[in-house]
Amino acid sequence: MKILETLMQKPWTAEQIAVDNTEDGIAVAIPPSKLGLRFFLGSIAVLMSLFVIGYSDRMVLSDWHPLSEPWLLWVNTVVVIASSVLMHLSLVAAREGRFDGLKSNFMLAGVAAFAFLVGQAIACNQLIAAGYFAADNPANAYFYLLTVTHGVHLAGGLVAWARVALRMRAGEREIAKLYESVDLCTVYWHFLLFVWLVFFTLMLFT
Amino acid sequence: MAEVYVPPAEVEEMELYHAKSWITKYVFSQDAKVIAIQYSTTAIAIGLVGLVLSWMMRLQLGFPESFSFIDPSDYYQFITMHGMIMVVYLLTALFLGGFGNYLIPLMVGARDMVFPYVNMVSYWVFLIAVLVLVASFFVPGGPTGGGWTLYPPQTITSGTPGFGAGILLMMVSLALFIVGFTMGGLNYVTTILQARTRGMTLMRLPLTIWGIFTATVLALFAFPALFVAAIMTTLDATLGTSFFMPAALDQGVLNQHDGGSPLLFQHLFWFFGHPEVYIVALPAFGIVSDLLSVHARRHIFGYRMMVWAIVIIGALSFIVWAHHMYVSGMNPYFGFFFATTTLIIAVPTALKVYNWTLTLWKANIKLTLPMLFALAFIVTFVNGGITGLFLGNVVVDVPLSDTMFVVAHFHMVMGVAPLLVIFGAVYHWYPLMTGRFLHKGMGLFHFWTTFLGAYTIFLPLHYLGLLGVPRRYFEMGQTTFIPDSAQDLNAFVTVVTLMVGLAQVVFFYNVFWSARKGEPAGHNPWKAASLEWQTPEVPPGHGNFGPELPLVYRWAYDYGLPGAKDDFVPQNVPPGAEGAGGGDAKA
Repeated sequence: MKILETLMQKPWTAEQIAVDNTEDGIAVAIPPSKLGLRFFLGSIAVLMSLFVIGYSDRMVLSDWHPLSEPWLLWVNTVVVIASSVLMHLSLVAAREGRFDGLKSNFMLAGVAAFAFLVGQAIACNQLIAAGYFAADNPANAYFYLLTVTHGVHLAGGLVAWARVALRMRAGEREIAKLYESVDLCTVYWHFLLFVWLVFFTLMLFT
Repeated sequence: MAEVYVPPAEVEEMELYHAKSWITKYVFSQDAKVIAIQYSTTAIAIGLVGLVLSWMMRLQLGFPESFSFIDPSDYYQFITMHGMIMVVYLLTALFLGGFGNYLIPLMVGARDMVFPYVNMVSYWVFLIAVLVLVASFFVPGGPTGGGWTLYPPQTITSGTPGFGAGILLMMVSLALFIVGFTMGGLNYVTTILQARTRGMTLMRLPLTIWGIFTATVLALFAFPALFVAAIMTTLDATLGTSFFMPAALDQGVLNQHDGGSPLLFQHLFWFFGHPEVYIVALPAFGIVSDLLSVHARRHIFGYRMMVWAIVIIGALSFIVWAHHMYVSGMNPYFGFFFATTTLIIAVPTALKVYNWTLTLWKANIKLTLPMLFALAFIVTFVNGGITGLFLGNVVVDVPLSDTMFVVAHFHMVMGVAPLLVIFGAVYHWYPLMTGRFLHKGMGLFHFWTTFLGAYTIFLPLHYLGLLGVPRRYFEMGQTTFIPDSAQDLNAFVTVVTLMVGLAQVVFFYNVFWSARKGEPAGHNPWKAASLEWQTPEVPPGHGNFGPELPLVYRWAYDYGLPGAKDDFVPQNVPPGAEGAGGGDAKA
């Protein structure tokens, strides 16, 4: 859809009427679910960006004491990257019509995402055990805020993942029926990977 | 109009969910029309609570020291809850959840929303949000009394009413509202973009849909700011973090916070708060355009310009937020920037007012109830808009800030004006929803008391504000610069407020009475051209249209077309059929 071109149309002219009468009522050539997801991701992107702005605004003050990120976060980052790659491989397999590849990669992607969440919880526990309480310092507070916010969104993604996984366990093998769900999960997984990489980089260097 | 070849329909039929029981048909319904009624009923119910709260406030302001059941804490709780309820839980929910759900599928020619299940969940999350909000009235300490803007540190500092459970419930409720709205909002935008019937191009959409669409996009991108503010405030209040809370004395004792930025909260709040004005206003703009066109029997003047104006207003609304913060101590250049953008946004807004007026020029104006409300809206919006130009300028705003002038301004532009549109819309679409007209006599009484009453209430408040009467004061006491007559005026305003509020009983009685005993309206009683009036059944049945979706051949404003049999041609009348009773076309 070309927005400016659309907004320049004169729907009352005979020429435009001839064109308009062949309109199929679809603005973007993607399924509604994918467009809905894009708007949703736009909304989340604003949310995450505002956290980053708040972080940037706060970190310049003198009472900001950066915490030393536990090494486990590096492991978690590798795991979440692997999860995203596996999800993508699942989509590739779906495109190539390989159900086994689709299923195995999809399942592993979910398991990896779950492992990432467990790893994040352990990392947070380690920090708390080391005395990094949220109330003590804004850097601590933002660490927990960003980590948990990202984790909650990934957990939401895992709910969607679980629904698709259950369909497969129940015997659904028709790739055409699974493709859209796998595609949506892949987009969501990549988006959340990007968000985590931004958060992690920000926390590492400040 | 040229004869145009139209190939066979290719619009894919959507798979409709068919309710299997009474519960899934009327309670946990996935039909957007039922969800619309659920949204509207809940929003109006909580709106009535907001109305009663405004009476309580006015009783105190009009007759101070007269009512033992209103103490300062109560008063602050009343103003806080009144503001938040009216802006978010009534107006936003009613325009988008109510009108959006009812009108989008019908006006774009769809059978339902594209994600009906998510749409249903959206309503139930909204209902829970409302219940959580209501629960805050019953917890120890009562609801928050920190002002509807919920600024920290005040809201979570002891001494402020509801600083404990009250503010937490407010924040949880807002977060739930945003989650629920997001579910609905994704439905609205996706349905408009991807599920229009054949021939319904974006530039053939009625302006109502353009208004709801743009407002929903704004909401999807603005509400996250409120969500962030709500979460961080909650953490400050519960975990003792210092996102917004600075070190400060709390009842003479140094609190446990340090270094938080209350100003950051203000930026977040108004990054949501200003688009919120347009989240309410844009659907109202769209609806009033359609009311004017139908009841003036004339195409909307400058349709394309009107669409552009809606889109530009929506975009600009994201870069004007700090005009709510001129007294926060901002850099003068920053203030200059926001004053400039604020004045610029007045240009497309004024353009809309000109186009509404020009639509009426030499039109066949029918002074129906919807038209009366639409005309009242234009006058009121101009009034509210002009005082907005005062407040948009830093040097004028600073002395007027936190006075009754501001209260009068935003009530005119964001309270009275949208409510007039809502009433007009109800009178307009009630025959579609019930098959009957609302009673005209009761409607006229309702219109004149509401319209004149609103001016009798808010014009004096402008004057009081210019005198320097501050807002948010429980009691004025003695001042050297405010004459005693100001109190007399306050008492007068209170009496009128109670009368106007009670007059709304007539409206509600009319709604219930007319549903059974109103004059039958039949099919398309206003002779409107847009698609929602072209359904085979009135009220529209499940799936909205008959066995086949309608085909659209024209925009929604073909009124007074030369050579046409009727003075209107519905959107689904094919080219060449205008002269053959096209006005009676059914889907």
